[in-house]
Amino acid sequence: MKTVTANRLTDGRVIYRTTTGHWTSELAEAARLDNDQADAVLEIASDESHIAVGAYLIELQDDLPGGQKWRREGIRLSGPTTGSTHAQATA
Amino acid sequence: MYKYDSYDHAMVADRIAEFRDQVARRLDGRLTEDQFKPLRLMNGVYLQLHAYMLRVAIPYGTLNSAQMRTLAGIARDYDKGYGHFTTRQNLQYNWPALVDIPDILDRLAAVEMHAIQTSGNCIRNVTADPFAGAAADELEDGRPWAEIVRQWSSFHPEFTFLPRKFKIAVNGAKADRAGIRVHDIGLQIVRNDAGETGFEVWVGGGQGRTPRLGQLIKPFLAPEDLLSYLTACLRVYNQHGRRDNLYKARIKILVEALGAEAYGRQVADEWAVIREGELKLPAAEIARIRRFFDQPKQAEATPVPVTQNRALARWLDRNRRDHAVDGLSSLVISLKPIGGTPGDITDTQMEAVADLAERFGFDEIRATPDQNLILPHVRNRDLEAVWTGLVDAGLATANAGLATDIVACPGLDYCNLANARSIPIAQAISTLLEETGLSDKAGDVTIKIDGCINACGHHHVAHIGVLGVDKRGEEFYQITLGGAFGSDAAIGSIIGKGLAGEDVPAAIARLLETYLDIRAENERFIDTLRRVGPDAFKEAIYADA
Repeated sequence: MKTVTANRLTDGRVIYRTTTGHWTSELAEAARLDNDQADAVLEIASDESHIAVGAYLIELQDDLPGGQKWRREGIRLSGPTTGSTHAQATA
Repeated sequence: MYKYDSYDHAMVADRIAEFRDQVARRLDGRLTEDQFKPLRLMNGVYLQLHAYMLRVAIPYGTLNSAQMRTLAGIARDYDKGYGHFTTRQNLQYNWPALVDIPDILDRLAAVEMHAIQTSGNCIRNVTADPFAGAAADELEDGRPWAEIVRQWSSFHPEFTFLPRKFKIAVNGAKADRAGIRVHDIGLQIVRNDAGETGFEVWVGGGQGRTPRLGQLIKPFLAPEDLLSYLTACLRVYNQHGRRDNLYKARIKILVEALGAEAYGRQVADEWAVIREGELKLPAAEIARIRRFFDQPKQAEATPVPVTQNRALARWLDRNRRDHAVDGLSSLVISLKPIGGTPGDITDTQMEAVADLAERFGFDEIRATPDQNLILPHVRNRDLEAVWTGLVDAGLATANAGLATDIVACPGLDYCNLANARSIPIAQAISTLLEETGLSDKAGDVTIKIDGCINACGHHHVAHIGVLGVDKRGEEFYQITLGGAFGSDAAIGSIIGKGLAGEDVPAAIARLLETYLDIRAENERFIDTLRRVGPDAFKEAIYADA
């Protein structure tokens, strides 16, 4: 399965496209697309650059980012793996 | 330090107003992303993995306490309460919203800062020795020259759309702490036989996918000719640089293709035409700029304190540097807490540094190419008070120059270009080397880590370099050995196949243990490495692989 992701124009945060044509920051709410649907949805999403910047397709596996870019997309989904700078400063 | 005049204030204010309008037009759809992207990049605004990133210029790494407090306030009000110092002496915010950036730029402008030319194919922020004006081994403070170059290159119409980005470094000390041989142009202040100071001009250095050391094309350039000669250098590059191929567009490729001698001849031909023109620097203007860079000339000749406090003694031993003036010292504030993120600093830590600089440091702070901070001028009688303040702020890590003083690019945790993570590798190495005591035992060692071949983390010029690569979705890390950043600049050699990330810390620990076993008395790591060659460490690196 695939889904469409992008960065939100106003603040750059990671967003995903829903089945209803909206954008969400929750991967769980993202549309699950088969190969036949994916390109068509991406084309529509790419026309929404007033909301979402740089839309592209990612692979999903067990409802999480999959494929060769699983780590990159996992970091986009969950945030940096570096720990908290504030916590490090007070350690 | 340099103070804006009315023209500077107006120029920056105009630019912010222009960018505010561009952001508004992007948000309401009058500009497409393709139209907007080059405009935001010209103002230091990138779009990274999770958010926009704003890169703030810190000219030649020099800050005052008011500027540092403003950086802290921006981190608190518009980001997640921290900033990240980079290897180019700049500061990056990782989480600003696009809609807030014009307001952030207004706050920066109020303390004479901006983000102009921190991206794009233009002349970037000029870098300099972070100890300039303070170092005991200095011939001349390089910062006035860096400021002159900054003023000349800001909004320079001829050099705004170069084939590729362009980086200039100035070093005025005997030891090269600005990295002049790994910049597009490096300017080393020297004295000739007549006792006059001028510049050696090194051209064509750089890192990235094609690392090259700069080559000397002019052994002595008179100061008044600096801008005409730089103009000639840039003109030849602008005309012949490879605009057809992104990967061959830097000046290092042109200098290599032509040969340094031939490139230098073309520069000389162009220079002959313009040398006596309007770019000749008037002595009065040089003197005017120099006056901005006043520095303490004398101090009560108090010695460095001898203390029974072991933590203070250790910190003084590692983080204090001799100053040109008796009774003063320069202090390195390590932004490398053990297991922490290299270069990161919280808002409250920034304010603590600002307070210490104001109370004890002649109101000066420097950012370093090693992602640390420096208080360049501190009276020896105040060293303990500064240390106590740094302890309270969580900034008294006594590891400047040690193996735990690791440089790392943001890597795949933040950067859109990265292939692999670098910060977690730095954190794991730092933790292991501290736990095993190897960091202290090994002494001066540089470790620099990159998450892609663009090499923002300078792995090519580290004694031990680590380069992350992606192989079908898995992270692997190549080790390079023998690089060096300074006067003995060298590009490291790849030692063998990549290691899995979890194997890197132990491999480096074994490498350092091997060094401790084979070193001659008082021999530094880099000297042992040069004596025995990198292959002597190969077995240790791959022992468990």
